[in-house]
Amino acid sequence: MYHKTKSYRIFSVFNYIFLIAVSLMCIIPLIHVLAVSFSDKSAANANLIGLWPVNFTVDAYTKTILNENFIRSIWVTLERTVIGTIFSMVVVILAAYALSKDSVNFRRRNIYIWFFVFTMLFSGGLVPMYILVQKLHLMNTLWVLILPGAVSVWNIILLLNFFRGVPKEMEEAAFIDGAGHFRTLISIYLPVSMASIATLSLFTLVGHWNSWFDGLLFMTDHRNYPLATFLQTVIVQQDFSKVTVRPEDLENISQRTVKAAQIFIGMAPILMVYPFLQRYFVKGIVIGAVKE
Amino acid sequence: MKTSVQPNGVNSKESVTVVGTVRRKSLWKTTIGLDLMILPALILTIIFSYIPMAGLAIAFKNYKPGLGFSKSKWVGLEHFQYLFSIPENVQIIWNTLIIAGLKMVAGLIVPFIFALLLNEVRKMRFKKAVQTIVYMPHFLSWVILGGILSDLLARDGGLVNQVLVSLFGIKPIFFLGDGNWFRFVVVISDVWKEFGFNTIVFLASLAGINPALYEAAEVDGAGRWQQTRSITIPSLLPITIVVGTLALGNVLNAGFDQIFNLYNALVYDKGDIIDTFVYRLGIIDGKFSFSTAVGLFKSVVSFVLIVSAYRISYKLANYRIF
Repeated sequence: MYHKTKSYRIFSVFNYIFLIAVSLMCIIPLIHVLAVSFSDKSAANANLIGLWPVNFTVDAYTKTILNENFIRSIWVTLERTVIGTIFSMVVVILAAYALSKDSVNFRRRNIYIWFFVFTMLFSGGLVPMYILVQKLHLMNTLWVLILPGAVSVWNIILLLNFFRGVPKEMEEAAFIDGAGHFRTLISIYLPVSMASIATLSLFTLVGHWNSWFDGLLFMTDHRNYPLATFLQTVIVQQDFSKVTVRPEDLENISQRTVKAAQIFIGMAPILMVYPFLQRYFVKGIVIGAVKE
Repeated sequence: MKTSVQPNGVNSKESVTVVGTVRRKSLWKTTIGLDLMILPALILTIIFSYIPMAGLAIAFKNYKPGLGFSKSKWVGLEHFQYLFSIPENVQIIWNTLIIAGLKMVAGLIVPFIFALLLNEVRKMRFKKAVQTIVYMPHFLSWVILGGILSDLLARDGGLVNQVLVSLFGIKPIFFLGDGNWFRFVVVISDVWKEFGFNTIVFLASLAGINPALYEAAEVDGAGRWQQTRSITIPSLLPITIVVGTLALGNVLNAGFDQIFNLYNALVYDKGDIIDTFVYRLGIIDGKFSFSTAVGLFKSVVSFVLIVSAYRISYKLANYRIF
């Protein structure tokens, strides 16, 4: 057995050390930000902080929460995330159900499929989209954050593949009892695919939370910025003119600890739902629902 | 309903289910309900995907917002000629290819090796924990990571420079202000963010290797390194080809989100890519037609690459997404 050879044991030790080191490299930056956000601002400016807060204080968080622009952007993000996820999932589920039917019984199916898939391969790009949104008078509305990304072709494909795995006997039983397509979807397909739908919803939700470019592109008024766009302007572009009114805010918002606090608030929800996202790898539940 | 119908363009997996249903015959009276269910997605796709595609026509015009779409002058391929006649523009295409190419290679090699190493771990808990941790950065946005990186990599007082200075006594490096260092940072940080994802893909296919192969090798007296070379690595080749060729479709996608959140005017010469160029030119400077032409060039090349990548990976590894 190779496990017992001396050389393999030595390799094993180094392997463990290496894997631990790489894992640390993936979380140390996050821990550092967390440490800075809970530190005293003079310690932060003197670069004294490693992985543990120096002179622990929640000052940075208080300042962040007192900034009304920050709070407003969180509100915009919550709105777009909740409405956007529900809207997108409804559209995706309906389309996925219809497209999961085979083309013998639903002849137009393949035409529809290619119609959607083509948009994954080719797009009009940035500028035509920008002009379109202007012409539709969607600039500065919540809808511009929700509608353009609502039809996720990738999610439709994942879900339709899942729906295909649902035993045909279940839907046939429903049809015999006189149910229509809509009723079958609600009473048969949705209950058995709750796990997949929840996972896709979480992915959509994370996408909405992280999405920043549409806010930057389509919102000319900074008061409509979602959180990610707000963070992009303040932390990355370091452009405070758009998001501060009073001079006393400027000092607060540009401070390193406050930036760290904002970054941490920006990623905290993702870290919280992350364990659930991992369920993606746990496979479905339909098998065994019906006896052949 | 005819029972012998074989619909066009369906793969073998589908036709199995088709046969099953046809035998039983469909119980639906009509498909109008299905059309209605597709309708919302259809309308949104027409508005937000197909109308912008039609809007690509402004790449051949001199679009003036005041004049509107139809009245703007038709200029043919003028914008495309301009794109390739200016050295700075060609440099941007090069930047895109170099950055995307380096990311592609590093993004394949690192997860490959990492998966092999992780596969040697026998403690399942440890394996799972490492997987979970390295996959996490994938879910954070480049806004967040851009903020973290510019803090960590700052020339004055960034954590990385502090460590380097105290260990090696060198002068602080201006990571985000020097073109060559910038490319390096872009590639490394992209690998850092994304390698966990491909690691999981490789691990899944490692788990699928038949254990009997290893047992046989063991009986023949092969050591672990020999087993890895003759069993594990060859077994991983098909999935590696798939991941690699599919990445080819992204060769003009050097990562807008990442570059946009890391770059600045100091590194435009080496770090500016097609997408950031289009944004600055089109949205900030208002050169709608020229930037659309640049975008169209990118879309067409990407389209050709993606379609050929799928064909190649289907031919080589029998891979299909749906």
